[in-house]
Amino acid sequence: MKFAIALFSAAHAPSSRRALLFAQAALAGGHEIVRLFFYQDGVYNADSGVVTPQDEQDLPKQWRTFVSDHQLDGVVCIAAALRRGVLNGEEAQRYQRSAVSVEAPWALSGLGQLHDAIQDADRLICFGGP
Amino acid sequence: MAKSLLLISRQSPWSGPGAREALDIILAGGAFDLPIGLLFLDDGVHQLLPGQNAKAVQQKDLSANLQALPLFGIEDLFVCADSAAERGIDTEALGLDGLKVLTAPDIAALIDRYDQVITL
Repeated sequence: MKFAIALFSAAHAPSSRRALLFAQAALAGGHEIVRLFFYQDGVYNADSGVVTPQDEQDLPKQWRTFVSDHQLDGVVCIAAALRRGVLNGEEAQRYQRSAVSVEAPWALSGLGQLHDAIQDADRLICFGGP
Repeated sequence: MAKSLLLISRQSPWSGPGAREALDIILAGGAFDLPIGLLFLDDGVHQLLPGQNAKAVQQKDLSANLQALPLFGIEDLFVCADSAAERGIDTEALGLDGLKVLTAPDIAALIDRYDQVITL
């Protein structure tokens, strides 16, 4: 089955951890993930500036490894990211900000990418809230 | 055939960017001419109240965007009767043209009719 996964909660929310576990299980079960789309506070899961205490799960790092290892299409909504100060090099330069916190494998793009994934996938699975 | 999407908007208009970001998904989909429905549920019904004064809370007005939905091809607009009643809101007074008032069984059938659902 082809899944699109949308994530709306921040990196420290349990629902973000569930989203990663679901994504890992989907691939382990032989399914396909057509795209991960991070929206609202979900953009913080792509933020390389998050520092997690050593004895806690570093979710942004786990997402990064997961997306890289499986060469997935990881898209972060550009409007939601800008609003929350989560910028890649290009946007930091465009808006003259000093901090860059989104790097490969993530791509900043628009909401059209969410709709495109919804059309492509058999199922859209959303994670948000606590 | 394009897959249909139902967006369930549950946030009040001034509790953060949630309501606006839900609406942005709708508007983006409308631009692609996709079959999209919008259901106002729980605190989301507050978005429909007429006479809101966004300036008083230093916010941008969301109502004008809602009124413009038909221009973006979004005409399937629904509100939950129970959510409105629980909040003492008369659905007759809600200011959105073409809004259909649905009961809980109607909503179950509505969700069933759409291919994909997003709740925000």
